[in-house]
Amino acid sequence: MAGRRYTRSHEWVTVDGKHATIGITDYAQSQLGDVVFLELPSTGRKLGARETFGVVESVKAASDLYAPVAGRITEVNEKLASKPELINADPYGEGWILKLELAGDPPDDLLDEASYKKLTEASAQ
Amino acid sequence: MSEPLSFELSRPAVDPPRLPDAEVAGPAPADVLPPDALRARPPGLPRLSEPEIMRHYSRMASLNYSISENFYPLGSCTMKYNPVANEVAAALPGFAGLHPYQDEESVQGALELMWRLEQALCAIVGVDRVTLQPAAGAHGEWTALRMIRAYQHSRGEARTEVLVPDSAHGTNPASAALSGFQVVEVKSGGDGRISLADLESKLSPRTSALMLTNPNTLGLFEREILDIAELVHSTGAMLYYDGANLNAFMGICRPGDMGFDAVHMNLHKTFTTPHGGGGPGAGPVGVKTELVPFLPSPTVERTNGHLTFDHKRPQSIGRVRSFYGNFGMLVRAYTYILAMGGDGLSQASQDAVLSANYLRKLVEGDLEMPHDGPCMHEFVASAHDLTTRNGVRALDIAKALLDRDFYAPTVYFPLVVPEAIMVEPTETESKATLDAFARAVKDIVAEARTNPQSLHEEPRKTPVGRLDEVTAARRINAYLQGQSQDPVLRWKAPSEKPS
Repeated sequence: MAGRRYTRSHEWVTVDGKHATIGITDYAQSQLGDVVFLELPSTGRKLGARETFGVVESVKAASDLYAPVAGRITEVNEKLASKPELINADPYGEGWILKLELAGDPPDDLLDEASYKKLTEASAQ
Repeated sequence: MSEPLSFELSRPAVDPPRLPDAEVAGPAPADVLPPDALRARPPGLPRLSEPEIMRHYSRMASLNYSISENFYPLGSCTMKYNPVANEVAAALPGFAGLHPYQDEESVQGALELMWRLEQALCAIVGVDRVTLQPAAGAHGEWTALRMIRAYQHSRGEARTEVLVPDSAHGTNPASAALSGFQVVEVKSGGDGRISLADLESKLSPRTSALMLTNPNTLGLFEREILDIAELVHSTGAMLYYDGANLNAFMGICRPGDMGFDAVHMNLHKTFTTPHGGGGPGAGPVGVKTELVPFLPSPTVERTNGHLTFDHKRPQSIGRVRSFYGNFGMLVRAYTYILAMGGDGLSQASQDAVLSANYLRKLVEGDLEMPHDGPCMHEFVASAHDLTTRNGVRALDIAKALLDRDFYAPTVYFPLVVPEAIMVEPTETESKATLDAFARAVKDIVAEARTNPQSLHEEPRKTPVGRLDEVTAARRINAYLQGQSQDPVLRWKAPSEKPS
């Protein structure tokens, strides 16, 4: 998807008007391995850009989740509570994590597809 | 090969054990307990004869794996052999039979041992005083951070951040967070060592301390430690030493001389007290003069050969452990230090570094080495190449080692290395053992290249095969969140199972 942008901490975001959807990248899920648990916030909470909003846990590691953009949480993917494996199977689709109502413009340091690919290739070496 | 539970072996025909009558008369339970706390039926304890229960435990003991039987290359954990002399000393009735409420006058020998151990540890790490109270490494970290904070508060400073390198032990950020600090990560440079530029950019008047282990978790000596110390001190912050890797240079150089203000030590790693299996651990913390008033109370003081506990310490952070720490471990560590002597301790560190470099050299053609050697007491290899080419991960290699009679190294730590395999052989392993371990690694890597599928099915020889950690973790989480009634892991008595 052309409009997807990325953070250096391996989250993705798509923006549609005032609404944003966020998740973790395919690279992030492949590095974490099988995801077993997510600690997620409730709807209504306001997040600042780069603020920690939850934790993703695999059998290998636990990682903080950072908000790529600022906004108010309008929806949390409830399916992840019983099916955390959706993050592994479909990180950009059914494995989405939060929907936000945007507050202000997205930060200008978000990466496009090509820059993010470069970042992951560099860290794989 | 697996052993049934004693409940599963139970035979109702066996008579219950005949216990002697109690020597003191107690009240009847019904007289002192509310009715809903009273048992309606006797407890369903297993019934086995003495030979049956003896054989049950002996068989289980034979399934155990321990440092007394085999090699334990667990990186960053320093699983070195625990000498028998330690146990002999700890079992002496004058130590083993003490009661913590005994009068000070009747435990002068025990206090003398604590005093002398403190002196020895001060000399080994280069500090002014040591508290022996903390019961584990992370407990020591927390104790040190509390002292640093109390010291800074006493100077009217409210510093809120603790810096932790990205290669740090997970306990460092955990201890900082538990002490109420904001954790700020400092990046490693390309050579695996802390980036001075990144450190400088993260230091501020808010910085309370930098927590650092040296050598770091990649087994690399932080060569710029004196510059690091100067940078940290120039902002008024303190430098904390995570002593997990002290085995690399005891008797060679001292954290105190490198500029560390607070230093923790793991007696269960470096000083041969039992590690794992409940230990218990012991994580003494040494401090420089300015932190001494804040040491946990009581300290042990010695005046004209007479020993006392000093409880009158107005600036102390208070007691951090009931009574006086894990005293039995203090006896073992002191025994080790005396048995080794100063020369013996420095020889142990030299041999630990030699073992690690020898083993690293043996396996460097089989596994990737992401950082240049030589290493210190441990090294971190990567299975990244095998993962991308053959689908064999660090986890598969660890499991396959179990089938070849070795304990697995630490895997997936430190986080800065993909598919990390962290090996710490320690000084107590012979060349023959290290050679055998390297042969096992070569054997596994060869199998990974020719028959990777087989590796995914290992271990086959262990009492329990490859565990399905993913399903176990997902089901238990679903259960804890109330999404499932079946935690999977709950054992059912034979009588509860459908026949």
